[in-house]
Amino acid sequence: MNDQLDFMASRVTMGKMTRREFMGKAAALGVSAVVANSVFATAARAADPVRGGTIKLGSSGGESTNSHDPALTASEVPLSNIRHWGETLVEVDENGALDFRMAESVEASADAKTWTFKIRKGVDFSNGKTMSADDVLKTMQRHSNEDSQSGALGIMRGIENMKVDGDNFVVELGTANADLPYLMADYHLMIQPGGGMDNPAEGVGTGPYTIEFDEPGVRHGYKLNPNYWDADNRGFAEFSEVLVLNDATARTAALQSGQVHLINRVDPKVAGLLDRAPTLSVRSAAGRGHYVFIMHIDTAPFDKNELRLALKYAINRQEMVDKILRGYGSIGNDMPINASYPLFDASIPQRNYDAAKAAEHYKASGHDGSPIILRVSDGAFPGAVDAAALFQQSAQAAGIPLEIKREPNDGYWSEVWNKQPFCASYWGGRPVQDQMYSTAYLSTADWNDTRWKRDDFDAMLLAARGELDEAKRKDIYSKMGQMLRDEGGLILPMFNDFVSGVANNVGGWIDDPNGEMMNNKANIKCWVEA
Amino acid sequence: MHPVLKLVAQRLSLGLLLLFFASILIFAGTTILPGDVAQSILGQSATPEALANLREELGMNDPAITRYFNWLGGVLQGDLGTALTNGRDIAESLGTRFKNTIFLAFWAAVVAVPLAIFLGLLAVRYRDRWPDKLISAVTLASISIPEFLIGYVLMYFVSVKLGWFPSVSMINDTMTLGQKLNAIALPVMVLTLVVLAHMMRMTRAAILNVMQSAYVETAELKGLSGLDVIRKHAFPNAIAPIVNVVMLNLAYLVVGVVVIEVVFVYPGMGQYLVDHVSKRDVPVVQACGLIFAAVYIGLNIIADIVSILSNPRLRHPK
Repeated sequence: MNDQLDFMASRVTMGKMTRREFMGKAAALGVSAVVANSVFATAARAADPVRGGTIKLGSSGGESTNSHDPALTASEVPLSNIRHWGETLVEVDENGALDFRMAESVEASADAKTWTFKIRKGVDFSNGKTMSADDVLKTMQRHSNEDSQSGALGIMRGIENMKVDGDNFVVELGTANADLPYLMADYHLMIQPGGGMDNPAEGVGTGPYTIEFDEPGVRHGYKLNPNYWDADNRGFAEFSEVLVLNDATARTAALQSGQVHLINRVDPKVAGLLDRAPTLSVRSAAGRGHYVFIMHIDTAPFDKNELRLALKYAINRQEMVDKILRGYGSIGNDMPINASYPLFDASIPQRNYDAAKAAEHYKASGHDGSPIILRVSDGAFPGAVDAAALFQQSAQAAGIPLEIKREPNDGYWSEVWNKQPFCASYWGGRPVQDQMYSTAYLSTADWNDTRWKRDDFDAMLLAARGELDEAKRKDIYSKMGQMLRDEGGLILPMFNDFVSGVANNVGGWIDDPNGEMMNNKANIKCWVEA
Repeated sequence: MHPVLKLVAQRLSLGLLLLFFASILIFAGTTILPGDVAQSILGQSATPEALANLREELGMNDPAITRYFNWLGGVLQGDLGTALTNGRDIAESLGTRFKNTIFLAFWAAVVAVPLAIFLGLLAVRYRDRWPDKLISAVTLASISIPEFLIGYVLMYFVSVKLGWFPSVSMINDTMTLGQKLNAIALPVMVLTLVVLAHMMRMTRAAILNVMQSAYVETAELKGLSGLDVIRKHAFPNAIAPIVNVVMLNLAYLVVGVVVIEVVFVYPGMGQYLVDHVSKRDVPVVQACGLIFAAVYIGLNIIADIVSILSNPRLRHPK
């Protein structure tokens, strides 16, 4: 009984159980109300951050080729790494609101073309230098100048001019963008001393931790920065470690045997079983990432909208969520936006599996009946090969022949994705609709992986970008979403949740739709109880 | 020159030549893989400008032949260069990984080799009786199960359920020898199970072969006990094939354990190599490839030399 009570108390501490539930269940165990009340109080008090100790994350997505250069950051372990020592101008919090970090506030001109970030004063880098607007400017220059190798180059392109004005950092845009502050939350844009021009992988920033040891592909260790400016909210553990555990079974075993406190990417197949273990819980956060099948709409046979519609009706979305994601996700509607985005229009009708309609559109497309080749690899998204097989079956029922061509994981992103006309892919989602559409659906986007090039769509996107009236913006986004849904080359069966394993002695966990592991901030925002 | 010294010199120079060819093969292999290092580093978020800038900085615009000879020149001067992907000194990061690989291989061998030979001798002694059959059945079963599965099963029972040894075998320089041995206990167990059968069966077969000889019958007739016959007369004559198979397995323990490294998160060379192959980081792949090839060739040379030395007919050629 005591174990049970301890377990329930830990649920309270984690905010997973309310007082009412706790008292009810405690009564069922035969515990008197007085005792139950005091246990509840102790557990709830423990929700205050505990300082000290070591918090350990077991994370997939780390390689011995990783570096601390934020410009080259692309996988989960480096993402968690740079969050330890660095901070951006602003962040997007779990509710989609701006959280001001190196900027104190931001102001836009009336035309949304000039944005002035007021830089926070009295913040020191971990090397002792004081962070200034000049460092911010140099950082942004490093990510946008002509020698830039940065993954953020694409989002920096709309910026016409940047300058320092006293303690302010000023961005001038060619075309209005109401979402500019959200772009500055991009994880590549960690503010570094001198912009990190000399030594980008040094790991010096304004974050709560400094590097203690650094063994890429094995483990990364951090020590608390005693001078951290926001110690009330971040940096509770004295030490923090990120262990590279790429193997899914190794991760769950490490969490179960207590060698780590947190693990990312719990395989949906085992999540239900793992959650039954008494010392931990599985947390699932609805996100914006989506598993997709993409068609190049400028390549036969996908240049016919009837065929695209046929394929969209021929996929069984619910079955995919049930079998591929095991319920850890939600169905998609052939547009890359879901309810996790601000200004989402929930009234757009949901497209469902309809073999009759699929057959009808297939017939109308006049396709010659030869098999349509779909290229997949498990590197596209976990379970992609199985998802393709389900798609093949449901399409077969509508009389549409699909042929699955399995490609190697290795080189999938360079050789198949964005090259072959029909393949499986994955998108991580963005904080706002504008960024998602600009990244992959604008005519000039670098990663326009469906070859969606429509002037009317581009015009709507630009109009929405400069529109400060939210109702009007929402309306434009709704039209854009429906246009993609009905004519685009995107088949979007499901949005995946971020499924993580969290030990019961970890406090401060919140479900964050922006990314895995509380948008990679679990180590710096959670604490470990003794 | 002494014939044995001459032989060693011959073998060594052949080995060096082989290494040179191996390096060409590795370079060609990694070069013809689809995609290049710049593309792999930037992944899905690569823009054409960023790609061009990165290629320029990494010297990817030089022709492949130039890059190969630049690399070869460096190696001949003892400079393995720096990794393209994260700019680290290859000799330094590889050194740590190599040390770890050797550490694991050494302790696995310390357990597995004597155990295999002892079990082999035991199997011969109780030939066709139940100990022989039991030993064969168990070792053959363990070699037939995929090693990652043995790993997972041991991990579940020994680490998660019983909590005896950690499931994550991450070792580092700040640990004491005892802590390190505790950390690698599970991978050593799995590797032992994997290599046991091959060596045990070969020992058994080699000794049984010798046991058919007339001089063993003589030994038996003069009244030696079963194990004495094996120890004094059969084993010395069976040493060549046994050493051969032991060396093959030692080479496997060094170069072939990437699956075990992944399962137990052991910071050895296997995973290091795989990471760099998938990023097309040619200098690192070359360096790892050379080391693996050198280990393989070196152990085979040792096996050859030992079998020659153990055989008087080969030791004193007419």
